[in-house]
Amino acid sequence: MIDRVKEKINELLSEGSVKGVVALVTANGHVAPCLFQKGDDLDTLCLGDTEKSGDARYPLNRVLCTIARQYPDDVFGVLVRGCDERGLYGLYRLNQLEPDKVVPIGIPCPESLAQACECKKPYPDDIVAGEKFEGISQQGVEDMDNKDLSTRFSFWMDQFSKCVKCYGCRNICPMCFCRECSLECEDLVSKGDLPVDIPVFHLTRAMHMADRCIDCGLCEEACPSDIPLRLLYKKTAEIMNTEFGFTSGINKNEKSPLSLMGPAPEK
Amino acid sequence: MDYRNTLTTCTYCGCGCNFFLESLDGKLTGTIPCKTSPVNEGKLCIKGWNVHQFVQSERRLKQPLLRKNGELTEVSWEEALAFTASKLKEIKEANGSDAIGFFASAKVTNEENYLMQKFARAAIGTNNVDHCARL
Repeated sequence: MIDRVKEKINELLSEGSVKGVVALVTANGHVAPCLFQKGDDLDTLCLGDTEKSGDARYPLNRVLCTIARQYPDDVFGVLVRGCDERGLYGLYRLNQLEPDKVVPIGIPCPESLAQACECKKPYPDDIVAGEKFEGISQQGVEDMDNKDLSTRFSFWMDQFSKCVKCYGCRNICPMCFCRECSLECEDLVSKGDLPVDIPVFHLTRAMHMADRCIDCGLCEEACPSDIPLRLLYKKTAEIMNTEFGFTSGINKNEKSPLSLMGPAPEK
Repeated sequence: MDYRNTLTTCTYCGCGCNFFLESLDGKLTGTIPCKTSPVNEGKLCIKGWNVHQFVQSERRLKQPLLRKNGELTEVSWEEALAFTASKLKEIKEANGSDAIGFFASAKVTNEENYLMQKFARAAIGTNNVDHCARL
């Protein structure tokens, strides 16, 4: 699969249809986000798999946004999995990237990663190489829903109380780009205090991610306290889907229910 | 166009978390925790997450400052060191070694901290050595 990806990137770069490609590189024994440009050695390119598949994924769309902000007129390629592609659709909708300035290079996730993520759509619409594996049902959310209210409440309060307020969930998030963040608004979250205001901190973030979260799971991987953030956002996404028929990034030109006025749209 | 991720180690404490300092055209744009680092496995504390901000902060001291006529003034290292040495000597002679205390830092290397306590004990003659992380 990786050879076909390299071939594709080489094609894009040498024909000059993109200025650079945001992907991953193995260097110094570590995996890092990288911008490949014309003439760069693609041998070191990698797909973010080390010991397990997808265990060294990075927020490439976030990197792309950083570069595109500085070079708005150039076209860039970006390596995308299913979640990253949902992210791109979301970032187009939120005016952070322009669709005609982005060339996605899509790869599907293998079964093991799809299972571990309980991913609804572990493949992008446009696949450059690899076999796609079908979506997985949200067992984690269902298991949690089957517990009674007080069990769930104490579970989440215990989890939230572990928070060390590193803001890692926000910082790593490819869908977080606000210049002013509610999590730094002193009316909601007091400055300097630990433990963090619970559950306000985590629920504020969950609310803000309701129409953005693309279920990439990078927040949970970045959490030093192992708070099951992904489960929380999966539940939020489920509510968005049940109430408004909306799933973040699943369709290219979808509008967010949070940007509509009036009655709920047809499901 | 020069986008880079430079692998480095956090200077905030002795844990040794690894991250990439992300830069675009020579300007730091972010910190990305290194997932393949066995030390921090892609996680950071709030200080580590914000390392890129202090490196190029305008408020960062780049020159030693000496208070002259009540105002902090930029001076050369030579002048700053000469002043500090003469004052240390003066205080030691007038009030004894224990009138002086030394504060080490979590933001420097082990070796530098070792040298500082050595200087405190051997050159000045005091055990008044403490550390910013104890404050």
